[in-house]
Amino acid sequence: MSTDPASAGSPHPGPAVRCAGLRHAFGTTVAVDRLDLEVRRGEVFGLLGPNGAGKTTTIRMITTLLPAPPDAITVLGRDVARQRTAVRRLIGYVPQQLSADGTLSGRENVMLFARLFDVPRRERRAQVESVLDAMDLTEAADRPAKTYSGGMVRRLELAQALVSAPKLLVLDEPTVGLDPVARDGVWDRIAAIREATGMTVLVTTHAMQEADEHCERIALMHRSRIRALGTPAELKAEIGPDATLDDVFRHNTGDALSGEADGKPADRTIETGGMRDVRAARRTAGRVG
Amino acid sequence: MSVLPAAPPAASADAEPGPLRLTRTALSRIATMCLVELQKLRHDRTELVTRAVQPALWLIVFGQVFTRIHAIPTGSIPYLDFLAPGILAQSALFIAIFYGIQIIWERDAGVLSKLMVTPTPRVALVAAKAFAAGVRAVAQAVVVLLLALVLGVSLTANPLKLLGVVVALLLGSAFFCCLSITIAGLVLSRDRLMGIGQAITMPLFFASNALYPVELMPGWLQAINHVNPLSYEVNALRGLLIGVDTNLALDFGVLVVAAAFMITVASALLPRLARG
Repeated sequence: MSTDPASAGSPHPGPAVRCAGLRHAFGTTVAVDRLDLEVRRGEVFGLLGPNGAGKTTTIRMITTLLPAPPDAITVLGRDVARQRTAVRRLIGYVPQQLSADGTLSGRENVMLFARLFDVPRRERRAQVESVLDAMDLTEAADRPAKTYSGGMVRRLELAQALVSAPKLLVLDEPTVGLDPVARDGVWDRIAAIREATGMTVLVTTHAMQEADEHCERIALMHRSRIRALGTPAELKAEIGPDATLDDVFRHNTGDALSGEADGKPADRTIETGGMRDVRAARRTAGRVG
Repeated sequence: MSVLPAAPPAASADAEPGPLRLTRTALSRIATMCLVELQKLRHDRTELVTRAVQPALWLIVFGQVFTRIHAIPTGSIPYLDFLAPGILAQSALFIAIFYGIQIIWERDAGVLSKLMVTPTPRVALVAAKAFAAGVRAVAQAVVVLLLALVLGVSLTANPLKLLGVVVALLLGSAFFCCLSITIAGLVLSRDRLMGIGQAITMPLFFASNALYPVELMPGWLQAINHVNPLSYEVNALRGLLIGVDTNLALDFGVLVVAAAFMITVASALLPRLARG
């Protein structure tokens, strides 16, 4: 078991993720601009900001879903532009939407990803059972995922992402749409995984409270750029004794968290696709029952 | 809560995969996706029945009526026998075209992103989807063929020929599935794709030899028929199932080239689709 985060799977020392001067534009709309970022090995790092801030675009570049120029991003020492396949082997990714296949059982959903990550045949079954157990899904493993609650689907997706024992777990808004109990369940398990394996966790969220409680370091993103970076305690201390992360955000951006305080609405289409979000929410509602 | 297992030593080649590794990965992914398709079919068999309604109507109503009135000359072969392989190909075509619509759904649901972050080259991912469509088409074909047998169509029982039928259906479905993914990659929206899907499936069907012999077609339709992969699929199926004379080497050659070409084009458009 790899419990030493600094040695997790790579001879290269250095950060889990490094972005240098990252920029991405959709047509004339700049979604990410001059972004420098280092995620340390073994930490839970939160990328915070309102819808449209550029969080999802950033992690889509880190996860190879959007093209990045050479040398702009490294994941555990591998260049995302040049060593795409190697980078993908290191990443476990949970997208924003509830994306498990409702027709398949929980076990089949996880097994699919074990195969797609080339988990060796002799270890596959044990590995699948192990992650299902870690996510408290063993009892429900033979039921179709469409019968799962929203929180269970999220845990199933964590199991899918973890079955290949990734070094970097990337979660895009993992608790959006979940009730408080399910939300805690997801965070508890993320913490347990981190403790057990020392893997690095990169998470995006717009829930300041959750980031405050569960992330070791955070970067506040607003209008394509990082506006503040540090531990939640450091960032709050800079503002005042009773400051919250909301205050930190307001202080650094002159904006409310909604991104609409100055009368200029955040460009939701960049990040979440507007209508697509609505459809996703409806689908989620449908699945949750 | 149990402690998670230690990391298995992932295939650790840091360099991008070469042709040999790519082929191995592609074959493994195709097997995986086909297996998943069979699992889905096992969980939900109703679709096999609902999707059999349309081919059943073609065979029972259209086929029997046209056999009786002898409106379409098919020589010594009863019209229903001539029609059955055409309807088989049509049913596979409809299933495959649906896959392009499904991939847009998968994009909207985040499934596509998740698949694309696995160490799977784009071309392997598309090929896997394409052959998974083929597996579903073959499962559907079993239903259609049973129906044809009940209606008295004399079909081959030669296992090699039946294997050939499976291969023809897989290749044909791979082509049309990738055609649909390609269009999805161009139009990017489900609504538009559904419109285009409907607008192209019937012309593809009518501009093929599925319903009538090529010789009966006007010149311009014959020209289209010759560049329509569906016709080669129908030819192969007809040759194998009911023993009509055909050039199987040409039929399979066209299907292999068409499928390979379309898989390549669809793979090139996959990143655009995932972004869109």
